[in-house]
Amino acid sequence: MAVGAVLTCVAALLALAGVGVIAQSRSGASRLVYSACLALCGVILAVALSRLVAAPGPEPALTLPVGLPWIGARFRIDALTAFFLAVINFGAAAASLYALGYGEHEEHPGRVLPFYPAFLAGMNLVVLADDAFSFLVAWEFMSLASWALVVAHHREADNVRAGYIYLLMASFGTLMLLLAFGLLAGPAGSYAFGDIRAAEHAEWLAGLVLLLALVGTGSKAGLVPLHVWLPLAHPAAPSHVSALMSGVMTKVAVYGFVRITFDLLGTPSWWWGLAVLGLGSLTAVLGVLYALMQRDLKRLLAYSTVENVGIIFIGLGLALAFKASGLAAPAALALTAALFHVLNHSFFKSLLFFGAGAVLTSTGERDIEKLGGLIRRMPQVAFLFLGGCLAISALPPLNGFVSEWLLFQAILLSPDLPQWGLKLTIPAAGAMLALAAALSAACFVRAFGITFLGRPRSMEAQAAVETDPLSRAGMFLLLAACLVAGILPGVVIDAIAPVVEAQVGLKMPPQTSNAWLSIIPIAESRSSYNGLLVFSFIVFSTLLAVEVIHRFASRALRRAAPWDCGYPQPSPVTQYTADSFAQPIRRVFGEIAFLARERVEMPPPGDARPARLEVRMHDLVWQVLYAPIQGWIQLGAEKLNHLQFLTIRRYLSLVFLALVALLLMVAIWP
Amino acid sequence: MAVILDLAVQGAQMALVLLLAPLLVGFIRRIKARMLRRRGPPLLQPYRDLLRLCRKEVVLAENASWLFRTAPYMIFAATWVAAALVPTFATGLHFSWTADLIAITALLGSARLFLALVGMDVGTSFGGIGSSREMMFSSIAEPAMIMIVFTIALVAGSTQLSTIADTMLTADVGLRVSLGLALVGLIIVAIAENARIPVDNPATHLELTMVHEAMVLEYSGRHLAVIELAAALKLLLYISIIACVFVPWGLATNGSGIPAHALGLATYICKLAVGGFLLALFETSIAKMRVFRVPEFLGAGLMLGLLGTLLLFVSRSF
Repeated sequence: MAVGAVLTCVAALLALAGVGVIAQSRSGASRLVYSACLALCGVILAVALSRLVAAPGPEPALTLPVGLPWIGARFRIDALTAFFLAVINFGAAAASLYALGYGEHEEHPGRVLPFYPAFLAGMNLVVLADDAFSFLVAWEFMSLASWALVVAHHREADNVRAGYIYLLMASFGTLMLLLAFGLLAGPAGSYAFGDIRAAEHAEWLAGLVLLLALVGTGSKAGLVPLHVWLPLAHPAAPSHVSALMSGVMTKVAVYGFVRITFDLLGTPSWWWGLAVLGLGSLTAVLGVLYALMQRDLKRLLAYSTVENVGIIFIGLGLALAFKASGLAAPAALALTAALFHVLNHSFFKSLLFFGAGAVLTSTGERDIEKLGGLIRRMPQVAFLFLGGCLAISALPPLNGFVSEWLLFQAILLSPDLPQWGLKLTIPAAGAMLALAAALSAACFVRAFGITFLGRPRSMEAQAAVETDPLSRAGMFLLLAACLVAGILPGVVIDAIAPVVEAQVGLKMPPQTSNAWLSIIPIAESRSSYNGLLVFSFIVFSTLLAVEVIHRFASRALRRAAPWDCGYPQPSPVTQYTADSFAQPIRRVFGEIAFLARERVEMPPPGDARPARLEVRMHDLVWQVLYAPIQGWIQLGAEKLNHLQFLTIRRYLSLVFLALVALLLMVAIWP
Repeated sequence: MAVILDLAVQGAQMALVLLLAPLLVGFIRRIKARMLRRRGPPLLQPYRDLLRLCRKEVVLAENASWLFRTAPYMIFAATWVAAALVPTFATGLHFSWTADLIAITALLGSARLFLALVGMDVGTSFGGIGSSREMMFSSIAEPAMIMIVFTIALVAGSTQLSTIADTMLTADVGLRVSLGLALVGLIIVAIAENARIPVDNPATHLELTMVHEAMVLEYSGRHLAVIELAAALKLLLYISIIACVFVPWGLATNGSGIPAHALGLATYICKLAVGGFLLALFETSIAKMRVFRVPEFLGAGLMLGLLGTLLLFVSRSF
């Protein structure tokens, strides 16, 4: 049985965590742990893919006698689980392969090795769980294991704070999910997903559960305004773990959302789509704007994760809206686009984090203002990172473009929706999506251009060396996945089809049977895209151009000093910096998004002080939402402090009053 | 037979756009010169320039990377593929279903991304200024283009350019507010994307306001020739898109014979000439705007596209 096989692998991962504890500081321990993780994830990946492609009938849940005594723990693999298992374990396998090389640079392997397999096991268990109890336990286990990895380098400044905020937000998210499942299980307390699915839920209750699930899973996925922990925590972990947290763990959160809203809650109301869509488009644009302003390479990537989560939630919101109005075909298209983006993002975000990790080990720098010119010192990493940048900027023929294209096609079908609220918001969401895509291209031109191009801005960047071959192998694997998913999107869409069919009742028309492997999402509109042909055309015309130019044009080449309009400056500080690159965009969007203000301080003539340019930016989410909450909590704590200095009579009367109040509640409650 | 004709049409199209692009540039320069009471260069001057550049040696900056040497070909290939997929004189292009209007926009985005990257490769401040501004412009121009594509696609029911052209050829589309908005928006985007006045000045050098020229400043010889050809192709492509969506008359439809194709070709060249003339007229009658006025100009394009889409979401009859 597939569940049994996967659970055995998960148990082996947990055992491996124990091995990590014992073997932590011995030489070869990290090689052992990571290669075992690679093998185990490979097995789970194979099982998941076979389930997804072969799609045999539904499999009964496997109940294990662990957990609560009268419930046990149920585990099951359906199409949705199989898809997410594939996403998780492909990312995990690539990360383990990368870590075989990267892990050698770890100063304290004992702080990473035990938690890494545990983290992988936790993520797998979340998607395998078939009842609310084991789901929540696995969810919390995953959060705690990743928290331990975030604070692995706890001596570095800010990492402890990042860990604290992460822990706080993770517990808050779990609390919301706990409440959501409590409402779903109802007074009878039937926590199995099968029972929840079969039960009827009142409309107000379903709406409340949706909001709780949106907050609960959104806080893990990084939806604005719950994203604050993400850009702190993801970069703090070692790079292969950052890749897993950004590329894979946020997808587990997406899984949780899809499981609750599409699978367990039944028929949605139309406003659900509106809420999810609105939050998603806000997240996409704000995420990428934040990313554009970052100097820390890993934090930039983390903010870009926020953006991509927004894109995924735009797709999910559209799918909910279509499903609510009974338009199954567009709903299938939108959900396919969202899930395709889940897959894509797990590929290219892991790739980019691996690249950042390679830069970090080679130079010791995460600040891109101190990098530059790495393309000459690490040409292969530069090539791989460039591939990731192209993919995430949604450029054909790579994979990021396909999912955004599908999303645009879904948006074009939304005038059929009857609700005015949706009719007026969806065009705006489409514009936000297009804006996010364009800004993300700018963001990655900046990230790649400042880090890898130009002249080195520090001694460390000047002395960088190419990273080890195993790390590069992990990156090559992911880039190949990006390319394959980009040029053969039909195969991916067909693999997602059973998942989509289970959630919205209809799947997209089969794509692999189309001529030339084009994808045609909606037959009537005849809109089509063919990644394979675009790729071959580009290759063909590049080769043709190279051939013609090299045959007929002069082949002479001379190296000389840069021209730079005749005034080349030898100092590398005269180059454009990351901040100056982002300045025009900050000026256009920053005044609204960050209340950015620039102030130039010019000393009067004769004064020897240097002129200063000061830029002030505000994090609006923090100021508007979190700072007041912090203030109220502080205020409440101060007021409640009085309760610590009461006499015993007062305490007794308080206990008595509480008892009366509870009894009254029981008496009045229907 | 039909397949052979289709393939021939596709091949002819690829060669045609490549051959016509420098001519269009030469034509526009000539018209602009005439309007300024100058004689202007001969029509074929851009071809001569390209040949001259091809014959010269490449002077490469000492620290230029592999990306700097390969990017011109990538830029050219992406632009050429995009230009080859726009119906110019016939709608029945054999491979037009390979990529729709959104994909064509994204292909141009790839070309722009490479251009912006090579601007930063040598590490000069001019290159950086060009790349930074180009990405700022594109961050508004690209969503504007997507919203315009939405407007057109909602009217035509498809994002496929040949299908759109076929729909526009039928009489029942008529005059629509949304299409008018889309046309104005598309012209704004086209001007910005092709680095024309008032956004950028293709004739300027050594000026702090330049954008496109700043990025390619370090290029010389055959690399520069390829990039210039790509820029000319891009201009041709935008005029072709406008022609095929808004004035599709004369396009040879799918399966029509050789006379129809000849007619299509003749009308296409007329459309290009008219488009080039109007562009030259516009450029000579307006001054270049400050860099930070450009986002407002492009923002107008974005708002027009969004308004067009919104109108169509409200009612399909707008």
